[in-house]
Amino acid sequence: MTTVFRAYSQSDALRSDRSAKDRLRHRQKVRKAIRDNVADIVAEESIIGQSRDRIIKVPIRGIREYRFVYGQNTPGVGTGQGDSEPGQTVGQVPQGDGGPGHAGDRPGMDYYETEITLEELIEIMLEDLELPDMERKRFREVLSERTSKRKGFRRVGVRVHMDKRRTAKSRIRRRLASDKDAEDNETKHRFPFHRDDMRYHRLREDMRPQSNAVVFCIMDTSGSMDTLKKYLARSFFFLLYQFVRSRYVNVDVVFIAHHTKAREVTEEEFFHKGEAGGTFISSGYSKALEIIQNRYHPSLWNIYAFHCSDGDNFDSDNAATLKAAEVLCQVCNLFGYGEIKPRPSGFYEGTMLDLFRSVRMDNFQSVLIQRKEDIWPSFRQLLSRESESSKYDE
Amino acid sequence: MASHWTIEDLKYWDDKIREKAEEFGLSCFPQEFEICDHTQMLGYMAYSGMPAHYPHWSYGKAYEKLQTLYEHGMSGLPYEMVINSNPALAYLVQENSLCLQILTIAHVYGHNDFFKNNFTFRDTQPELTLSNFKLRADRVRGYIEDPSIGLHKTERVLDAAHALSLQCSRNQAIRKLSASEQKEQVVAAAHPTHDPYQRLHKQPEYVEPDLNRFPLFPEEDILLFMRDNNLYLADWERDLLTIVHEQARYFIPQIETKIMNEGWASYWHHKLMNSIDLPQDLYLEFLVHHNQVVRPHPGDINPYYLGFKLWHDIFRHCQVSAEEEHVGKPRKGGREGIFQVREVDRDASFLRRFLTEELMREMDMFEYQPKGEALVISKVSDEEHWREIKTTLLKNVGMGSIPVIRIEDADYGRNRQLYLKHDHDGRDLQAEYAEKTLSHLYQLWGRDVWLETRMNDRKVCMGYGEDGFVQKTLGRFR
Repeated sequence: MTTVFRAYSQSDALRSDRSAKDRLRHRQKVRKAIRDNVADIVAEESIIGQSRDRIIKVPIRGIREYRFVYGQNTPGVGTGQGDSEPGQTVGQVPQGDGGPGHAGDRPGMDYYETEITLEELIEIMLEDLELPDMERKRFREVLSERTSKRKGFRRVGVRVHMDKRRTAKSRIRRRLASDKDAEDNETKHRFPFHRDDMRYHRLREDMRPQSNAVVFCIMDTSGSMDTLKKYLARSFFFLLYQFVRSRYVNVDVVFIAHHTKAREVTEEEFFHKGEAGGTFISSGYSKALEIIQNRYHPSLWNIYAFHCSDGDNFDSDNAATLKAAEVLCQVCNLFGYGEIKPRPSGFYEGTMLDLFRSVRMDNFQSVLIQRKEDIWPSFRQLLSRESESSKYDE
Repeated sequence: MASHWTIEDLKYWDDKIREKAEEFGLSCFPQEFEICDHTQMLGYMAYSGMPAHYPHWSYGKAYEKLQTLYEHGMSGLPYEMVINSNPALAYLVQENSLCLQILTIAHVYGHNDFFKNNFTFRDTQPELTLSNFKLRADRVRGYIEDPSIGLHKTERVLDAAHALSLQCSRNQAIRKLSASEQKEQVVAAAHPTHDPYQRLHKQPEYVEPDLNRFPLFPEEDILLFMRDNNLYLADWERDLLTIVHEQARYFIPQIETKIMNEGWASYWHHKLMNSIDLPQDLYLEFLVHHNQVVRPHPGDINPYYLGFKLWHDIFRHCQVSAEEEHVGKPRKGGREGIFQVREVDRDASFLRRFLTEELMREMDMFEYQPKGEALVISKVSDEEHWREIKTTLLKNVGMGSIPVIRIEDADYGRNRQLYLKHDHDGRDLQAEYAEKTLSHLYQLWGRDVWLETRMNDRKVCMGYGEDGFVQKTLGRFR
């Protein structure tokens, strides 16, 4: 009998992260599962106003490894500490927390909850939208580095850069060269790919201009906007802000709170202060227009404005509101109106949706939000208009 | 804390342990130890200890799970990891103390001896373990790299194969009959047996055996059946099924002998550590670790604990009986006895033979049943119930935790549909898992698949086909 000891080698350890690829694949699967459930998560989680590092527990379906296993009526055996009596509780039916629980042959050992950061979740949400780039104004440009321009081909590379077409062609070429009767053999034998057939893209660094944007969050803070309505509105602003942020290098945000009068406020005030009184929506729009004129000239900035209200406006203000909305549409890339009407209260209150129907601008969109579950679909609807009318200016 | 030991220290203690192990009569493969850090250890654990293993996302998942548990302190790293190969390969975590390394080395020799001598491992070809895993890994990577196949197709087949990999014949000692042998058996069984009183008895009627039935005998090896009988599978798909099947077969002996094997290694590390004159401080540290390993897990079964207890008990009994019969050589007799047991048993037979009422009481063994969300003790080991508890335990060890499902008919409805039957023993299948597994089966077979089972005392038939999942109740059971 002989024994061999192999000493620890740091270089081996550094080289041997062999699970990296499999972990990445697993991660991709998790992402996909989350994407499939994004609407639920947006509706359930309090993601608004949280730090981007916050960890969110997300229930996911679809990456369990299924086998034939025994179900709930399966008894098990355990050992105790000498005082076991029938009727005592010895544990919980495993619920898939992944902990070392009872009998490993049971389902539920696969964890169906995963933890991700808010940052990741936002990324996934935006992926889910699958929107093309927004229209950009080219005036204020910032150069930013990207590394995605393809230039030429080479025979070695990583898999994601493989050019399948060229690879396939070189295989065919090799097959024809290697065998005169290739065509007869084609159906009989597999002619596998060879390492030499592989063709990969060569990439070069590429500089791209980027432009800046500003998001206007306009919210009705009159007495009729209760906590639930504010929560729904915030969710919307949050998504819009994150979306714009993902598309531009520099994003400014302006918060405007209005009742009968409008004023610019801080984020803190915007979300946490309630005021009493009636509503003049036009005041909010006018304030926005004023700020645009002073600080964000439309020829230099991409402007996104979004307004949330419960639709309860003084009738006398409606004409002014419409007019202001149309002006806003002219200066904004996108102007959206979200009417927050938790059921059943909505039926007895006024609505601006009918009024806004007369606004016939390509970049105007209005949505109705009645429940938390509506937020995600409504947001998609809002941005779909944007994608339909989007043009590429590069 | 930097480790306070050198490779020379390990060699020094290894020599002592090996010498003692030989003296005690352990018979081991040559042993190799590799020192690794905890990240590498997590990697080895995720890939069942293999230095080379084919890629699959589920191993990434296993890794992340292990890492999470480790980082949150939910579970420590195991002190060691041994794989069944010749030479046997084991990993030692660099960060561990000298005492832990010595303890681990002693423990590893226990596993090594078990792998070499237990009958369930006889056909695992330990000389080829590492190269086989490497070759299979290369084949799988080849399919992934092949642009006409690629990652996604490969993964789809692997997913399905993994789902069914343990649905195979449990007893490797039973030889599989060839097609012609099967036919002969069916024909032979159809003929009436010779009856010496045939004048008195009414002649049983000869029923023509149905040789068109396929398979003639219910088939448990689902992956192999798919591979050999679904003509529409491509060669590479067949190869993937073979690969997954071979690896499952490699691991089944380990599933079948978990309690015996861990108990055996614990028994021997205990014995070896007590016999090599450890300095006082190391010895005390050893006792702490040893007690951690073989302590009972309240409410659960710790295989180290149960196995350790049993081996001790068996040794004691063997010794007593040997003393009675062969006066003069009691120790040898005791040892011969346990060496024989480690050779010829698997967990189920081991527990059946040696788990006594006395031991069950001592360990306060009980049976629990799910009641709502809670697991509630249903029976404790008293005179009345200990046998039932033992039966429940026997059902749950080794491959007993995998439902027995056989292919009954591969031409169901004269339409090449697949009909399977679950051998119901009181335990229902988990419905969602059954549904999803059937969808994997459908993917591999290409035609509708059916599974007959029992759910809540009703006979049901689940099916999976082009339109998805269906379930029919076939009537009340009993």
